[in-house]
Amino acid sequence: MPYVPHTPEDIRRMLGVIGAPSVEALFAEIGPAMRPKSFDLPEGKSEMAVLAHMEALAAKNASGQVSFLGAGFYDHHIPAAVDALSMRSEFYTAYTPYQPEASQGTLQAIFEYQTAVTRLTGLSFANASVYDGGTALFEAAMMAVRHTDRRKLVVCEAVSPIYRVMLGSYTANLNLELVTIAHKDGNCDLAALTSALDDQTAAVLVQNPNFFGSVNDFSALFAAAKQKGVVNVISVYPVLQSVLKSPGEMGADVAVAEGQSLGLPLSFGGPYLGIMTCTKDMVRQMPGRMVGRTVDTKGRTGYVLTLQAREQHIRRQKATSNICSNQALCALRSLMHLCLLGEEGLKRTAEICIERAHYAAERLTAIPGVKLLGSAPFGNEFAITLPVNAYQAIDKLTARGFVPGFPLGRYYPGLENALLVACTEKTSVEQIGILAEMLRGILA
Amino acid sequence: MNTVFKKSDPGREGVWPEKAGKASSELLPQGLLRQKPAGLPSLSELDVVRHFTQLSRRNFGVDGNFYPLGSCTMKYNPKFTENVAALPGFTRLHPVLPQLGGAGRLCQGALEVMYETERLLCEICGMQAFTLHPMAGAHGELTGVMIIAAYHKDKGNKKTKIICPDSAHGTNPASAAIAGYEVVNLPSKDGIVDPDELAKVLDDSVAGMMMTCPNTLGLFEKNLPKIVEMLRSVDALLYYDGANLNAIMGKMRVGDAGFDVVHLNLHKTFATPHGGGGPGAGPVGVSERLVPYLPVSRVEKLEDGQFFLNYDFPKSIGYVAPFYGNFGVVLKAYAYILRLGGKGLTRATENAVLAANYLRKRLDKVLDVPFDRICMHEFVASACNLSGCHVRALDIAKMLLDRGYHAPTIYFPLIVKEALMFEPTETESLDTLDQFADDLIALLEEARANPELAHDAPTTLPVTRLDETRAARSMELTDDL
Repeated sequence: MPYVPHTPEDIRRMLGVIGAPSVEALFAEIGPAMRPKSFDLPEGKSEMAVLAHMEALAAKNASGQVSFLGAGFYDHHIPAAVDALSMRSEFYTAYTPYQPEASQGTLQAIFEYQTAVTRLTGLSFANASVYDGGTALFEAAMMAVRHTDRRKLVVCEAVSPIYRVMLGSYTANLNLELVTIAHKDGNCDLAALTSALDDQTAAVLVQNPNFFGSVNDFSALFAAAKQKGVVNVISVYPVLQSVLKSPGEMGADVAVAEGQSLGLPLSFGGPYLGIMTCTKDMVRQMPGRMVGRTVDTKGRTGYVLTLQAREQHIRRQKATSNICSNQALCALRSLMHLCLLGEEGLKRTAEICIERAHYAAERLTAIPGVKLLGSAPFGNEFAITLPVNAYQAIDKLTARGFVPGFPLGRYYPGLENALLVACTEKTSVEQIGILAEMLRGILA
Repeated sequence: MNTVFKKSDPGREGVWPEKAGKASSELLPQGLLRQKPAGLPSLSELDVVRHFTQLSRRNFGVDGNFYPLGSCTMKYNPKFTENVAALPGFTRLHPVLPQLGGAGRLCQGALEVMYETERLLCEICGMQAFTLHPMAGAHGELTGVMIIAAYHKDKGNKKTKIICPDSAHGTNPASAAIAGYEVVNLPSKDGIVDPDELAKVLDDSVAGMMMTCPNTLGLFEKNLPKIVEMLRSVDALLYYDGANLNAIMGKMRVGDAGFDVVHLNLHKTFATPHGGGGPGAGPVGVSERLVPYLPVSRVEKLEDGQFFLNYDFPKSIGYVAPFYGNFGVVLKAYAYILRLGGKGLTRATENAVLAANYLRKRLDKVLDVPFDRICMHEFVASACNLSGCHVRALDIAKMLLDRGYHAPTIYFPLIVKEALMFEPTETESLDTLDQFADDLIALLEEARANPELAHDAPTTLPVTRLDETRAARSMELTDDL
C-alpha cells in the first residue's frame, strides 16, 4: 500500500520480535466500547486518479478573472527561483530547528529573514513569524498589555476590519477594553485617536496604508502616545515599505505586517506570514521563536533558537504566547523574494504599483458619477464611490471576467456604494483601460 | 557561511520589474516617504540561488534523514500533494472572492475542497462538525478552548479552570492560559491519568480537561470511559490533543469515545511537510452541542449542489483566522486522505504502532523504558538505568546526528528523567529501523566506554555544539546588532 513499505514477511518478523500474535493485538487496550461506531471513508485511489480529481476541482474556480482585488492581500509576481529554492526538500521536509547542528540552513535563513524584515520596518528585533498579519496584530496588542500592565486598546477604524474582528474574537475573554475610533472618509482621524489616549491605554493600533489605501505619517500621534506611556503598534504593507516612511522613522514600538505580498501566492487565504518586529524595550514580550547568532565549541559562527524562556515548551502556562508551529517556510520564501528583488527591485515594484493605481484612479474618476472617497494620498489602492451599489457593479463586471474591487459596504455600513480598487505590477495599463470602459458602460 | 547581506554588491541586478514612469516622490508627498533606504541586498539571481542551495545543504530533512521524533510524526511527505497545492486554479484564488456577493460562484472548487475535507475529518474522528481555520496545532488548541469558554458562557456556567495532565504538551497549558483560564496540573500514575487523582481536583469550577490519547508516553489512556463520566458529572468538557492521532485511525474515534473538542495536526498525521517549523494546519472538530460556537465562516452545501459560506452564527466565537486557515496545507491533506482511503489510513496507524513496538523491543535491553509494555505509535526511553545516568539524552541525540539520524525528542515528557521519545512512523522500512537500532546500540556502547567522545558530538556537521548562553546574552538577533 502507498507509503507503507512493510511486506507481509516484514510484519511477521516484527510481530515475532514484539511477541504479539497479530497487529490487532497491539490495540487490545482500546476496549469494545471505545471502538469506532463507523469509519465510512472512500476507497483509496491512485496518484493519477487523485490528481485528476483535484485538477477538476481547480477548474471549477474562476481563477482566470482579471482582478483588482486587494484589501490587504495582493497578487504580485513571484520570481521563479522562489519556488525552485523553497521546494528543496532539505528546507520543506525539515523539522523545527530544535537540533541546531542539523538545522543551520533553516536557522541562518530565519536569522537573515529577521534582519530583512527589521530593515524594512526600521525596528531592531523580529521573531521567526506568526500565522498571519491579523494574528501578528493581536500578538502585538498583547505585548503592549503585558508591557504596560494596562487593559485599554485604542484602534483606528481604518485598520483592516478583518483584523479588527479577529482582535475582538481573541480578546473576548481577556477583560480588555477595545475602543474603536471612527474613520473620516477612509482616513484615520488623528485628532480623535490622540485624544482617546490616556494613562489606562496599553496601545494605539494603526495601519499604513490603511484599509482604504490611504497613506499616513503617524509621527505626531506616536509622539503624543509616548508621552502617556502608550505602546505604538502599526501594521504595514511590506512591498510599499521600500518607499514609505518606516515605522521606525515614525516612532513605532511594534510593527507588524502580513507578509503574503512577499513571495506567497494568494492561495485562497493561506498559508500566509505574520511578520513581527519591535524595539529593544519590547523584545522580552515577543511571542514565538527567535534565532540568535553565536559560536560553536571551535569558535565558528552558528545560529540557535534563543530567548526560549518566553516560550510554551519551557514556561507552559506562563509563556508569552501559546505559539509553537509558525510559518517558517513562508518566512523563508519571503526572504528569498526580498533577496531576488533586492532594494532596487522592491522599490521598482512599489513604484509601478503606485503609478498604476494613480492611473486607474484617474481613469475611473473620469466616469460621470464616480469620485474618490476621500482626499488623502494613496499608494497602490484607493476607494471610489459609485452612483450605484458596489455589489451590483461587481456582479455585472465579474460576469464579463473582471473583478473590479472590493465592496466596502461589506464592513462599513453607509459605504454601500464604495469600491476598493487595488493595482499591482501585474495590472496592465490596457486592463485598467478596459475596466474603465466597462464601468462607464454599466453606469451609463 | 557568510550571510546573504554580506554577499551584496550594490549595482547587481536581480529579478527586477520595469522601471515606473514616475518615481514615488512625484506621486506622494515627501513627508510620507522613507528618508533612508531599507538596506535590502543587491544580488544576481545566481548569487541568491547559490546562497540558498548552500544553506539547504546545512539542513536535515525527511527526504534525506530518518527522524524518529516523538510527538511530531515526521512521516514521509508524498510528492504529488505538492503538485496539487501548486495548481493555478487554487493558488490564484483571492480569499475575499466569496464576500463579493453572488455567494462563492467564482470559487466553487475551493469551497468543495473545504466542505469535503471537513466531512472526511468528521468521519475519521466521529465528530459532528469541523473548522479548518486554525493554522497550527497550538492555534487549534486556542480555538478549542475558546469554544469551551463560549459554551459555558452561553449556559451561564461559572468556570475558571482547565485541567492538564503533567504529560501534556506545553502548548496545552499555554493555550488554556491565553484563553483566560487558570491551569490545574494533574499528576499521572503509572504513566496515565488516574481517576483518583482527577477526583481530587475536579469540581464545579472546572471548564474542561485537555488530554492526549495515546498520551505523550505513547500509552493508551485506558481509564478514558471513567474520565468521560467524571467530567460530565460537573459539565466539564473533554479536549483531545490530536498530535497523536496517527496511533488510532480506524481503531478508535475521538467523538465515539466521548471527547467534545479535538484539534488535528495535518502536518503530522496527514503527511503535509513541516517546512522547518511551519506552515501547519490545526483543524478543530466538535461534538453536536458545540457546533453553534465554531468560528465563522462555515462552508455549507445547498440542495442544488452549490457551496457557499455562511457567516450567520450568533453564538460563534468569531474569527480566529483572516479567512479559511492554511488552505494550501488543507489541499495537501485532502489529497493524501483520498489517496489512502479508509483502509489506507487504518493501515498507516497499524504500521505506525507496529514499528514503534518493534523499535521498543529492539532497544529495551540497552535503554531503560520506564513503562515497558505495549505502546502505541511512540514510546519513551530514559538514558538512565538502574546503575545510574552514565550517558545524557543530549549526548545520545548529538551522536545520532553524526550518524545521519535526526535526534528523537529529548527531555520531554518532563515526567521521565533524561527522556528520549521515539516515533518511527509507518513510512520507514524494516531495514531503516534495524540499521537505526544497530547504530544506536553501537553508539551507546561507545558512549559508555568513552563519555568524553559523547560530549564532543557532533563532529561531522557544519558546526559543533553551539553556545546557547552566549546567544541569549548577546542578543545578536539580526545582522545589524
